[in-house]
Amino acid sequence: MWSFSKIANSIHEWLSQTFNATWTTIIEMVIAGVAVISLFAVLGLVLVIMERKVSAWMQIRLGPNRVGPKGLLQSLADTLKLLVKEGMTPNGADKFLFNLAPYIAMIVAMLLLAPIAFAKDFQLWDLNIGVLYVSAISSISVISILMAGWASNNKYSLLGAMRSGAQIVSYELSAGLSVLSIVVLTGSLQLSEIVNSQANGWWIFKGHIPAIIAFITFIIAVTAETNRAPFDLAEAESELTAGFHTEYSGMKFALFFLAEYANVFIVCAIGATLFLGGWMPFHIGNWTGFNNIMDWIPSSIWFFGKTFFLIFLIMWFRWTFPRLRIDQLLNLEWKYLLPISMINILLVTAMAILKWHF
Amino acid sequence: MFLVDYIKDVFGAIKSLATGMKRTGYYFTHHKEIITQQYPDNRDTLNLPERFKGEVVMPHDEHNEHRCTGCTACELACPNGTIKVITKFDITPDGKKKKAIDKLVYHLELCTMCNLCVEACPSDAIKMAQTFEHSVFDRSQLTKVLNKPGSKIMEGVE
Repeated sequence: MWSFSKIANSIHEWLSQTFNATWTTIIEMVIAGVAVISLFAVLGLVLVIMERKVSAWMQIRLGPNRVGPKGLLQSLADTLKLLVKEGMTPNGADKFLFNLAPYIAMIVAMLLLAPIAFAKDFQLWDLNIGVLYVSAISSISVISILMAGWASNNKYSLLGAMRSGAQIVSYELSAGLSVLSIVVLTGSLQLSEIVNSQANGWWIFKGHIPAIIAFITFIIAVTAETNRAPFDLAEAESELTAGFHTEYSGMKFALFFLAEYANVFIVCAIGATLFLGGWMPFHIGNWTGFNNIMDWIPSSIWFFGKTFFLIFLIMWFRWTFPRLRIDQLLNLEWKYLLPISMINILLVTAMAILKWHF
Repeated sequence: MFLVDYIKDVFGAIKSLATGMKRTGYYFTHHKEIITQQYPDNRDTLNLPERFKGEVVMPHDEHNEHRCTGCTACELACPNGTIKVITKFDITPDGKKKKAIDKLVYHLELCTMCNLCVEACPSDAIKMAQTFEHSVFDRSQLTKVLNKPGSKIMEGVE
């Protein structure tokens, strides 16, 4: 049976037989980089068509149905269109920052992929402070948005960027606290260890109600952090035309678009790792037959299945709820989510100390 | 009690969000009914609502007769000069002069389909048609004469 870790190991063995250690490392880095970029390209295509189909079905429409079978090649055609378009830089813009911003958005998304465990023993970089790394890097993404909004020299862009700044800075708190509750339960910041601790049950089941509260807070906070509806004040197409990327066109716009979807994928992957057991299969107590069938499904399918389930959940939010006003948004965070997650983390800590979880 | 209200708020919010998600989830899973029109595909069976306003037309009966008296009420009612009524004088059999229309010129490119001309018409001579595929390559084709050549006013319409 094939698996990602076997493929990676055989490549590593072949490389280390053919080249010396330095070259092996360099070539492996290049392979990892290419793999990340191609994963992003595929994710962009898949998630855009998924978003459009999900939105269409939820609004009793058909969605794209012209290009390819059932319209599935629509996002490919859109990408081609964006590639051949001119990337304009407005006259009054700060040219250097304006052109730098989309790349920073993209680089942040790529850096965040490093500690994620895609399958059993298949991880780019299993660093021992994975959770801290993720929360540290993900807060850089606001800089690219602020940079884009500031450098555009456009009132809509600036408004969108400032809103996004206020939003991300406040929602990071409750996202961090809900992530922290899983760290408290596991006792480790390493993502692979967090996954391994869920071998006998996912944290959302093992952690009783506090884990469920943490999960809900996490989902709300990351929806806000990725600037998606109902928290898409930074873009708010009905009030700010396109918010921080109003002035962008062509491939630079596409990079922002891709970074948004990549961020959605990453936060969902982290949510799946922390709360839904990452690549761990679903097990019920001691039903050996059932558990064996579940083990037979490859771990990568488990991981991507859970991630796509969470992505679907976030899309479901987007196409159901209306956009919040900025004061409602900050009220929700500072008056509701933050106190709730603070009390919740106390409960989780008590639970972890008294060993009430399974 | 503040705390009770607070907790009630939280649960009320979750409940109302769940209600909304249940509705969209229902639509997502019951992908049978489609409310949009599949326009170029269903061109032959297209069913437009009664109130749809496509362009102004003047109905003629089988004797090539219309109901327009040439009173220019529609021209006066039009907010942006879309309609131009050019009148002439007919000689009735008993030797009297009678006002009638020579041409009723309608500029489709200026029309906003506001329906004011149809409401202003005292003799119901014009109405809104349901055609909407108006694009042409030359804008002069959008200037239309509504009364057909050789048509005259219907008997009994004053």
